[in-house]
Parts: sequence; C-alpha cells; structure tokens
Amino acid sequence: MLLSGNEAVAQGAVEAGVLLAVGYPGTPSTEILESIAARPDIDVRWSPNEKVAFDVGLGASLGGARALVTMKHVGLNVAADTLMTSAYTGVGAGLVIACADDPGMHSSQNEQDTRAYARMAGVPLLEPSNSAEAKEYTVLAFAISEEFDTPVIVRTTTRVSHNRGVVELGPRTERPATGFERNPAKYVMVPGYAKTRRPALLERLKRLEAYVETSPLTVESGTATDFGVVTCGIAHHYVQEVLADARTLKLGINHPLPMERIRAFAASVDRLFVVEELDPHVEMAVRAAGIEVEGKAFFSQVGELSPELVRRGFEIAGLLPPSASVEPAPPTVKRPPLLCPGCPHTPPFLVLKRLGAVVTGDIGCYTLAALEPLASMDTCVAMGSSIGMAVGMAASGGAQGPVVATIGDSTFIHGGIQGLAEAVYSQANITVIILDNGTVGMTGGQEHPGTGVTLQGSETVALDLVALCEALGVQDVKVVDPYDLAATYSAIENAIAHIGPSVVITNRPCVEAPVKVRDTPFRVIAEACTACQSCMTLGCPSIVWSDETHEGRRKVVIDPVTCTGCTLCAQICPPAAITLVEGR
Amino acid sequence: MCSETRGLVLAGVGGQGVVLASMIVADALLRAGFDVKQSEVHGMAQRGGSVVSHIRWGPDVSSPLVPPGTAEVLAAFEWAEAIRWVEYVREGGAVVADIRTIVPPGACSDRRSWSTLYPAIDEELFVSRQLKSSLVDATATASGLGNARAANSVILGSIAAFLDIETAHWEAAIERLVPRGTEDVNLAAFRAGREVTRTLPPRPSPAPEGFSGPHQIDIRHDWCKGCNICSRVCPEYCLAVDIDDRLIVVDADACTGCRLCEILCPDFAISIGPPLEAAVARSAAEGIGLR
Repeated sequence: MLLSGNEAVAQGAVEAGVLLAVGYPGTPSTEILESIAARPDIDVRWSPNEKVAFDVGLGASLGGARALVTMKHVGLNVAADTLMTSAYTGVGAGLVIACADDPGMHSSQNEQDTRAYARMAGVPLLEPSNSAEAKEYTVLAFAISEEFDTPVIVRTTTRVSHNRGVVELGPRTERPATGFERNPAKYVMVPGYAKTRRPALLERLKRLEAYVETSPLTVESGTATDFGVVTCGIAHHYVQEVLADARTLKLGINHPLPMERIRAFAASVDRLFVVEELDPHVEMAVRAAGIEVEGKAFFSQVGELSPELVRRGFEIAGLLPPSASVEPAPPTVKRPPLLCPGCPHTPPFLVLKRLGAVVTGDIGCYTLAALEPLASMDTCVAMGSSIGMAVGMAASGGAQGPVVATIGDSTFIHGGIQGLAEAVYSQANITVIILDNGTVGMTGGQEHPGTGVTLQGSETVALDLVALCEALGVQDVKVVDPYDLAATYSAIENAIAHIGPSVVITNRPCVEAPVKVRDTPFRVIAEACTACQSCMTLGCPSIVWSDETHEGRRKVVIDPVTCTGCTLCAQICPPAAITLVEGR
Repeated sequence: MCSETRGLVLAGVGGQGVVLASMIVADALLRAGFDVKQSEVHGMAQRGGSVVSHIRWGPDVSSPLVPPGTAEVLAAFEWAEAIRWVEYVREGGAVVADIRTIVPPGACSDRRSWSTLYPAIDEELFVSRQLKSSLVDATATASGLGNARAANSVILGSIAAFLDIETAHWEAAIERLVPRGTEDVNLAAFRAGREVTRTLPPRPSPAPEGFSGPHQIDIRHDWCKGCNICSRVCPEYCLAVDIDDRLIVVDADACTGCRLCEILCPDFAISIGPPLEAAVARSAAEGIGLR
C-alpha cells in the first residue's frame, strides 16, 4: 500500500499499540495525527502548542500508556523545555516524538536541524529515509524508549513526510496502559533528585552507544575501497541514485552514532565522505572522533539536497566526470502563494496599510500580507512573537506610525497570550488585532481550543477570546466583522487612538476550512469600470485585468468560479461597477 | 537498477487537485507491478501557489525526485506551469498541457506597460525542444461530459496515451480514489482524454497601448483642509496627509491618472493633468507652449 511518510509514522504508532497521540499542526508534520484521527481505539488530539502536547504525551507515558507526540522542527523549540528534563525523568510506557524538519523552508521560517536537539538533550534519534522505514523505525522507537527508559525522537524531513512509497501493513499489538508508579526521585526534578538523574542520563547514553554499534538500522553496501559515503535520511537515496554501486554506510540512528562502525568503515576506504542534509551533524562528530572525513565542502548546508546537487558535489570532489547540463526552462510568470479569494484576513491589512502602521506580524496565512499589493507586515519571527515585539517596538519610540500586532486565533492561543499579559502589565501603547477565523488555516484547517471541536470530532467548551482578553486586563476589546470594511477601518482607527493596549478581534471564518464558504459571486460591469485599480489593492486572486481598457488603463474582470462573494471589492469600487452575478 | 527507473512530473496551481491526480497515477503504476515513489511539496502552496508532484517508478526506486531532463511526461494542469517545469522532460518526452490559464494577480501589477506578464499559449517552446506535446482543454471536455470537476481525469487520460500501462490499472485507480458517486463521469473523462490529441490554442489578445508616464498631481493647498479622503482612496498610495494636516504627494511616479482624488475631493483642491510626456508631445503637435 502507498503511504506518505507521515501516514507511515502514524501506522507505526498504531502497530506499536499507541494509546494517545498528541501534537500541534505544522507543515510538514500535520497529517501524522490526521491520518489516525478516525480510530476509536486511540486518543488523538491537538494541543494548544507543542510544549503542552509534549507535557500531555509525557504524562500519558508516565501513566503507562504508549504515547506519540508530533510537531514540526520549530515546534520542538517550544517543547524543548520539557524535552530537556524528560531526558532526566525517563518514561513510563514508550514515548516517541515525531518531529518533521523542513529543509528548503517550503513552509517554515527557518530550517533548523532537529538532530542538534537530540545531542543536547541526550536522547536517541532515528531518521527514516522513506515510508517503509518511517513505519518500521517508529515501531522500533517505542521499543527503544521502553528498553532504555528515554523519550525517542523520530526525525523526518519534508521529502520523507510528503513522499508516498510502498509500505507493508502489520497488525496492531494491543498494549493496555500499565498504570502510574509513584517514584518522586525519578519524576520530581527538584535539584536534589535531578542531581542523581544527570549521571543516570549519561550512563544511559553509554548503553545506547553500545546498542547502536550492533543496530540493524546501520546498513553497509558496496565493495569499493577508493571511497566510501556515510549517509542518512533522504540523502541516502540521492547517493544511491547518483552512485548506484558506491560503498555506503547508511545510518538509521543519528544519535548516538555508531562510531566504531564508522571508524571501521573509514579504515576500509581511501576517502570518507558524509552526505547529509542541513547541519554537518554526522561529519563534525566523525571528525571529532579523529577520523578524516569530507562533507559540507561539497554538499550544501543550505536548503534541500537533490540528486543533482549530490552529483555536482561528487563532480567537484573529482569522483564523477562533469555531466551535461539540461537546458533550463524559460522564465515565466511568478506564482507565489496568496491570501485566498474572500480571505477575511485581507481587510485589516488593507486598513493597516492606509493607516501607515508599523505591523509586527506572526505565523499563519496572514503572513502573506507582507507581499504586494497589501505589503503591510513589517516583522514575522516565531509563533506568538508579534505581541511582545510590538511592546518592544512601542517602547523603543522608533516606530514611524502606530504600532499594531497581528496574530491569528490559533497562534494567539499557542503563544500570544503571555505577550498580551506583558502588554497589559507594561501598559504598552499598542493595538493587537486577533484575526479569528476559527481554524488553523495555514496547515489546512485544524481544530484548536477556540473552535469548540476536538480533532476526533466531539464537541467541547470553546475558549472565549473576548473574555480572555478582558480577564488579562485589556480595557478596550472590540469585535468587528472584517467583511464590513468601513466598520473594520473605524474599529482599528479607534483602537489605535486608545491610550494603552487595545484589542480588535475580527470574526469571520476561514473561507476554505472547515467549511468552504461560497456565496453568490460578483461580476464587473465593464461599461462602468473606470480602471482605477482600487479593487486590485485587495490582491484578490479572483480579480485580474481584462482585455478592455479605459483611458489606457486595464479594466478588471472577476472569475466567477473562484469568487466567494465576500463583497469586499464591491465595497471599495468607486463607480459601483461591481455587482452580483444574476441568476445565482 | 536506477537506469530502469522512470519519471513523471505533474504541475498545477494550489487547489487544482494535482495531489489527488498524482495519487491516482501512483496507484495505477503500483497496480501495474512497479515499485513507486511519489513526492510533492504542499503547505503554503495550497494558497494559490505553484504545486509540483514527482512520480518515479521501476523495479526498485531509490530517489523520489525526478532529475531534470528525465521525465517521460510533464502534465501541466495550467498553461504557465507547463513552461515553468518543461526542463524536467527528457529528450523526446511529452508534455500534456491544459490550455486553462490562471493569471496570478501579481502579473497584473505593471502600471507602466499595462501588460500582464502571463505567457501566450504557444506550442513552439515544445517543438523547439523536440518534445511531443498535447494541448488539452480539459474543462471543456469534462463539461461536455456533464461535470467540469472531472477535468483532471481528462488530463490523466492524456498522460495514459503516452505511457505503456494497461487501461484496467488506470481505471481501477480512478475508481478507488475519486470522490464517491463521481466514478462514472471520471472514467468517461479519462477515456475522452486518451482520444484528445489536438486542441487549437486560442488567439492571444493584444496588449493595450502603453502608458506614457506618471500623471501630474496638482494640489491647491489654500483650498485643501486636510480631510484625508483622497489619500484614503488613492489605489496607488500616492498621497498622504502629514502631521500638520497638509496634503503631500509621497509617490508622484505611481499616479496612473485614474482621477479618483480629483473626483472625490469636496473642495476641488486636486487636479490631475495629463502625463508629462504626452502633454509635451501634444503641445508640440498643436504648436502651443505648455503653461
């Protein structure tokens, strides 16, 4: 059966008898939990953020239930606090962290390498290179977790998570929860107890180092002696592609490393290479062990590798003759991602552009408002950073306009609440716009604590954003319908005029998820269009230039198939040339 | 082993169903007895960006990525995407291109030439690279069968025409993966796609006459009370009111002469003149000096 890497990780957890799976959505990891959400025998849930997800997973593990925690690479920054000390406490039942990196930053703000966390925390890290391994390694990760009493990281990358390959399905092994065993010296990390767990962690690492030396996940192939290549993850397949008969040592466990296997492999070849994506994690460790090795001098540390980049690296290293180049495609029109037709995030950013605000942004679809024509976001760093950064920006006195933080509902619950507490505490003169579209839009429309629905579809209590902001001490909290452009303009203008922190909550649901919102589409009355381009300031993908002109300027036309009928363009059209399509 | 691995690239725009179509192709190849890997990047791409999916098959597939210059077929669900990914096709390979055009709004931003940057539909690119090509109008074909949403199956049919895979495998994959209740129309669309080999490209429409230069913004400050209406409506963000409520031109080069500010000013304080170069040319022709 063809499964994506994400589906295969989930399948591995299912076969390993996982009882609880928890995470926060983030590309490329999101589908792991979604693919098993329908299973009645597993408790599958979204948490408000990755830290809470890790806490929930660790708690379940200590309670004796095998637990899977999922996140993207930057999510592990948020969960790092728990990770570091869970390496001290160890686990109850198996605890596996599936963490998906995004080399190339297809949908991320950075491309950090999760393997560095495994080294820092002192926990084992397994790295599959395809879907079949993703399943197999996840099953094994649970066994390692229990045998060595440690959380285990299964690291994938976008190319593994979103690659479909053949996977043989196996049966689920039921593992009922074994119950919590009180053990304060192991689970209460006050200094007195933690001091005994640090040596225990280092002793465990010694045992793991011995274990990986005989692991079947380290696979050697080929017979050549002129050079050998140590590989891991997707890079292994690129090396196979380019040098089908090369001598390779593929690592399935990337921390700790099987250094004696590597040493023996190195001794059997004249030149030793490491081909790995992102950081020189293996290369530096090998060099630190006193083994001569080459790697990042030929294979980029930036972005994804590819068969072409691996080939070029070996060409520069003198091991392959130069290959013929492929005639490149001619340049064509750029197609960057866009806010959707009818996106309720568009109006507040149109207003902020008019008001000349300095806008600290956040992570979500609305980050696309940084691009033309809205071009009205000045910063985007990490989940929830917008509010704290706005407080600092206002305090600096360096902003050329009003300081406004923009943050989505899920991002606010994930990491923005403490920032708002800071804004109240310091009485910062900022406005916070919470773009409440009732879903985690960027990752495809997931539930969160504000939606009132769980990942497995049951109804629950919805977090009340207005009551929360008021309880934090914000004096000026207003809710506005972003589809009412004039009301949105006034609400934001008034909130900016308020002295001290103010909050504006826009409350239209996402047009794509969980329900596709489609109303009667609009059309342009060509004879009435003066080609002023006012509607084009929205950046709506449904509005493009027509072949007709007025005074040399292009008139516009609306695509009735993609128009959602949001009315925004009709609201701003000066000659009222935009009207409903009849008969719909 | 790798020399026996073949590749296929599917490309389109977020929301067009490229990923589902890729899963159908991969499933058909799996049914035909091959090892298959299929890889795509989505994420931000679902927001109207470019989506590309790679499929590789053979006895034992290693890399999931199709190297440039090796694909048997590039199937583009949208015209510009056929151009963007054409370098992936091998010598003598084929391009299946839907003549559907989705013009990104960013292509409608050059207020000087007023021409979209969207490429004209022209098979010459494929001919010059010595590729086989098949232009399809999948939406029209599927609409003719009663459901425009089956357009992707028309393209699958056109892909199948270039690959030596038994029809039964394709049809089984389509039946398994398309939404319930649409199996019949999708199968009909697939069969129609196998037959379609030639669609005439539409004639390109001429670009409008070029815009000659920024218009002149003339402000009568003694009539202006700084009410801010003009600066709020200007589509090009040319105007602003400064800290002393004084109207200033912040981007004179961006004025396209739409005259919204002039029309909406309650105090008749703004007038928009013709573009400077045009005014000079006309005055020269009419033999009168500029004011």
